[in-house]
Amino acid sequence: MAYQWDWSVFSQDTGAGETYWQWMLSAWGWTLKVSVLAWAVALVAGALIGVLRTVPGRGLQAFANAWVELFRNIPVLVQLFLWYHVVPAIVPAMKGVPSFVLVVLGLGFFTSARVAEQVKAGIQALPRGQRMAGQALGLTLPQTYRHVILPMAFRIIIPPLTSEAMNIIKNSSVAFALSIPELIQFAMQAQEETSRGIEIYLAVTGLYVVSAFAVNRLMAFIEQRVRVPGFVGSGK
Amino acid sequence: MSGGLDFSVYTWEMFRSFVLSGLYFSVQLTFIAMAGGVLIGTVVALMRLSGRPLLEWPARVYVDGLRSIPLLMVILWFYLLIPLFLGRPIGKELSAIITFTIFEAAYYSEIMRAGIQSIPRGQVHAGQALGLSYAQNMRFVVLPQAFRNMLPVLLTQTIVLFQDTSLVYVIGAYDLLHGFEVAGKNYARPVEGYIAAAVVYFAICFSLSALVKRLQKKIAIVR
Repeated sequence: MAYQWDWSVFSQDTGAGETYWQWMLSAWGWTLKVSVLAWAVALVAGALIGVLRTVPGRGLQAFANAWVELFRNIPVLVQLFLWYHVVPAIVPAMKGVPSFVLVVLGLGFFTSARVAEQVKAGIQALPRGQRMAGQALGLTLPQTYRHVILPMAFRIIIPPLTSEAMNIIKNSSVAFALSIPELIQFAMQAQEETSRGIEIYLAVTGLYVVSAFAVNRLMAFIEQRVRVPGFVGSGK
Repeated sequence: MSGGLDFSVYTWEMFRSFVLSGLYFSVQLTFIAMAGGVLIGTVVALMRLSGRPLLEWPARVYVDGLRSIPLLMVILWFYLLIPLFLGRPIGKELSAIITFTIFEAAYYSEIMRAGIQSIPRGQVHAGQALGLSYAQNMRFVVLPQAFRNMLPVLLTQTIVLFQDTSLVYVIGAYDLLHGFEVAGKNYARPVEGYIAAAVVYFAICFSLSALVKRLQKKIAIVR
């Protein structure tokens, strides 16, 4: 197939006083903003829920289990629509909240269910003696988690968390559905306006690959920095 | 919205006229992509484990390439490229079926690769000692065990696949979510439509994962 490449499309003006190149870079910025903030939400909520699944107390466990099942069994796109259409209709205080915030919450909570699974697995992978030792030293349960269990558990689960962090960049693409001007939104609109779909899609695909790779390297760096000599992952 | 939620318009009649065909398409898409994906995925996994660079590298590029791109981007790519290659447009639904089959194959192939690698080498050697060819060894010794070991993971991936089918939204194919959206608009009750969609997705995915959990226990006991 003799395709006529035309990369000059990126220097064309969009009609809004910027080139398609500039528009794409700002779209990339939105993708990264959504991903990073949603990741922060997912880490905090996921750690909390993951911990609750391992503490004594049936009520707390049941709540945490329900959280995970709820956010894991509804497609992320449907969850975003719930945040956008349903939550403001039921909770008046949520009216007028910008859709960017809703996307961050929606994507963050969706991912928190998966982070919680990993956190729970990490905690359970630790020998029981760690918890007992902490309590024998007179630490309270929260102190034991804070100083003994979680520092080790989080180190153990860095590899699965790495792939979740890469997933969140890919999943941030659903933000287009709430009209966030991120990469997918840019790809669709620019394709329609310029008819240079292949060039535009290639560039956007490249940016996704670069972003995921950067996350991968960053997490590998963190794994290196925080490893504990003589423990998991320090063999390398 | 004034005056609370009202689900009275969500009757069987409404479900039948707007949602059922969407549900049918979502299920159809899931099954075709699963069957095709497992088939292609197994071949790709065998290529990747073959130890021959000429087979290994294309398989690696295929799997790692697709796995590093968002599914939404892949859906857009195929929707753009298939008509260019064929010289004529194909429907959104058919485009989605082709996309999902090829995309999911990358994920299934990683599962199958893990499954094949979980078979002890002694099994392969025993097959070879019995005089089985490579194909026979795979067909009668390795793959049946790999499938069995990996069945819960394969099914879990299929639940993820079913959830992902909602992403055909980006090209406007008529799936389960789209059905509820249209129904909500037609009855001027969009909020209830999204709630109903979430409930149906949840009910399907939750009961399927409960089934997978039971299956996992059963398999674990036999082993």
